[in-house]
Amino acid sequence: MANVFASIGNWVNERAPGLMPVYRKHMTEYYAPKNFNFWYYFGVLAMVVLVNQILTGIFLTMFYKPGAATAFDSVEYIMRDVDWGWLIRYMHSTGASMFFIVVYLHMFRGLMYGSYKKPRELVWLLGMFIFLALMAEAFMGYVLPWGNMSFWGAKVIISLFGAVPLIGDTLVQWIMGDYNPADATLNRFFALHVIALPLVLLLLVVLHIFALHEVGSNNPDGVEIKKKKDPATGKPLDGIPFHPYYTVHDLVGIGFFLTLCAFIIFYQPTLGGWFLEHDNFIPANPLVTPPEIKPVWYFTPFYGILRVIPSKGLGIFAMFASIVLLFLLPWVDRGAVKSIRYRGLGYKLALGLFAATFLLLGSIGAGVTGEMIPKLFGASADVTSIEMHFGWLLVLIYFSYFLFLWIYTAFGYEKTKPVPERVIFGGH
Amino acid sequence: MTAPANNLLLVMMRKAVLVCLVAFAFAAPAFAEEGAELLVANTRVGNIASLQRGARLYFNYCSGCHSIKYQSYSRLAEDLKLSPAEVLGNFAFTGAKIGDQIVSNMPASHAEQWFGKAPPDLSLEARSKGPDWIYTYLKSFYLDPARPVGWNNKLFAGASMPNVLWELQGTQIAHYAPAKAGDEPIVEKLELASKGRLSPEEFDSAARDITTFLQYVGEPAALKREAVGVWAILYLAFFTFLAWLLNKEYWKDVH
Repeated sequence: MANVFASIGNWVNERAPGLMPVYRKHMTEYYAPKNFNFWYYFGVLAMVVLVNQILTGIFLTMFYKPGAATAFDSVEYIMRDVDWGWLIRYMHSTGASMFFIVVYLHMFRGLMYGSYKKPRELVWLLGMFIFLALMAEAFMGYVLPWGNMSFWGAKVIISLFGAVPLIGDTLVQWIMGDYNPADATLNRFFALHVIALPLVLLLLVVLHIFALHEVGSNNPDGVEIKKKKDPATGKPLDGIPFHPYYTVHDLVGIGFFLTLCAFIIFYQPTLGGWFLEHDNFIPANPLVTPPEIKPVWYFTPFYGILRVIPSKGLGIFAMFASIVLLFLLPWVDRGAVKSIRYRGLGYKLALGLFAATFLLLGSIGAGVTGEMIPKLFGASADVTSIEMHFGWLLVLIYFSYFLFLWIYTAFGYEKTKPVPERVIFGGH
Repeated sequence: MTAPANNLLLVMMRKAVLVCLVAFAFAAPAFAEEGAELLVANTRVGNIASLQRGARLYFNYCSGCHSIKYQSYSRLAEDLKLSPAEVLGNFAFTGAKIGDQIVSNMPASHAEQWFGKAPPDLSLEARSKGPDWIYTYLKSFYLDPARPVGWNNKLFAGASMPNVLWELQGTQIAHYAPAKAGDEPIVEKLELASKGRLSPEEFDSAARDITTFLQYVGEPAALKREAVGVWAILYLAFFTFLAWLLNKEYWKDVH
């Protein structure tokens, strides 16, 4: 048997001699720092979720019927009459939310350990484009079940393009193919969701990983392991082959993650209305507005920015700026030290505040503050006014993070600690 | 580690993430409600006896007007552990066949004339409004001569539906809170004015059975989902344990 495999291997190698070097470059001879911690699981977890979304998506496509008259019924058909259809659908819907959880944690890891800094700016930029493509993918996927929140969410989000000067209204109609989100909108979103954007996502993920493997992975100490190589072998002293060490390591994280996902899928598939919203179990109805139109939780921080700024144009500008600034982080942050372990106190506080602000903006966007304020300030409290003022403060903090970071690092205010020569590794 | 302070920060951040995840998992936002407190339905979809009682009540009192078009009689028989003959004999009053979807025979145009609004399909009522809402709604009808059908509902003011369960529950009347001039009076509490066939406790139980039934109709897969989930989680936990052992073995080499 072993002989058969060896001869098949030889047959392929003779005809495609470039394959094994590629495998070695990205797996067995890709030297990753040995001090990865908890935060370094989220990249591979995002890949696992991507694979899950594609596989479950293929099966959903076999039974889902795009079209305003058929979409909602076909989703219920999948939930009730297709064998294991409910499982496939819950895996897909839970996967969408888990995708954003792991991607947000993955991005936060980048901020903590300065993974976006030289020489990894390109890795960061490609990652940000993945984030953008993912947001478009998730938004269009959310419209497909054609529930009432799908309809109204689509209407609100597409109408944002109406703020574009001169061509705004035409642009909105061009995107929808109608005067309202309708059959045409649903069909084109289906096309974009199941083929166009997944192709873009896959390509970007491959580029993200290739770009990373060119420069090598960062690590919790922010030390460049390529600077200290074994003179005899030329391998980084603090590096270990990605395969098998990190493949088995990631397997543990993947197992733990899938167990958590299974708990949600089997016992809390709507997660109390956060992953699948109650109003989306009502068919799309252009005549009945849901009590509160809001996007799914993963868009709420950005939606929060939009909501608290009274001018529509300014709100949309601020929302886009909040994402564009993330793209520019490698050039905003001028500090030489990468890891939060050795950075100044100012950076630690600013990053903590920034993360908290992001979550709080999300709670405004999701309407959580709207429910909390009467409980905290009494039933007679002016919810809108308190929420707006609190929101303005948060928007101010969000944008100040970038300004502060630039001033703090470009003018030498940051008091860093000495970075060790080698990574710190306590063994396992 | 030589930098205990930083390590502490890392541990704290990790904890913060965990706390957020846990808080997120349990911070269930309320179902859309019309500003009234909901009673707790306390249903359990796996309770087959309750489902059977609920189905009987549903078909006797609700199905004449309300369809559950995503549910078929055959699936009902399978999940409620009833024979096709039992289902057709007891539940199908319209000459339906076992493979048919459960739809009301009332023409929608007439229904709109009679009630002002066609009775909605209830297939997904428990998913959009929640079991507690349904349970509370069923218990909140009171006599209101001002309404076209003579009934109103404390939870859903101005509901077009009459209290079809009045024979069981009896009739409730409303006590109003003193209202400001120009405002609609607010119902403060309901009082049982005349007794029905069931005691209040028995009626609560009947309302709970109907709620359980509609919860099942909202997601028939829930029965299987919860049964399969245990095994999926056990399998994955065991896989994680094996992966952990494998990882430990490999990482012995790394110093």
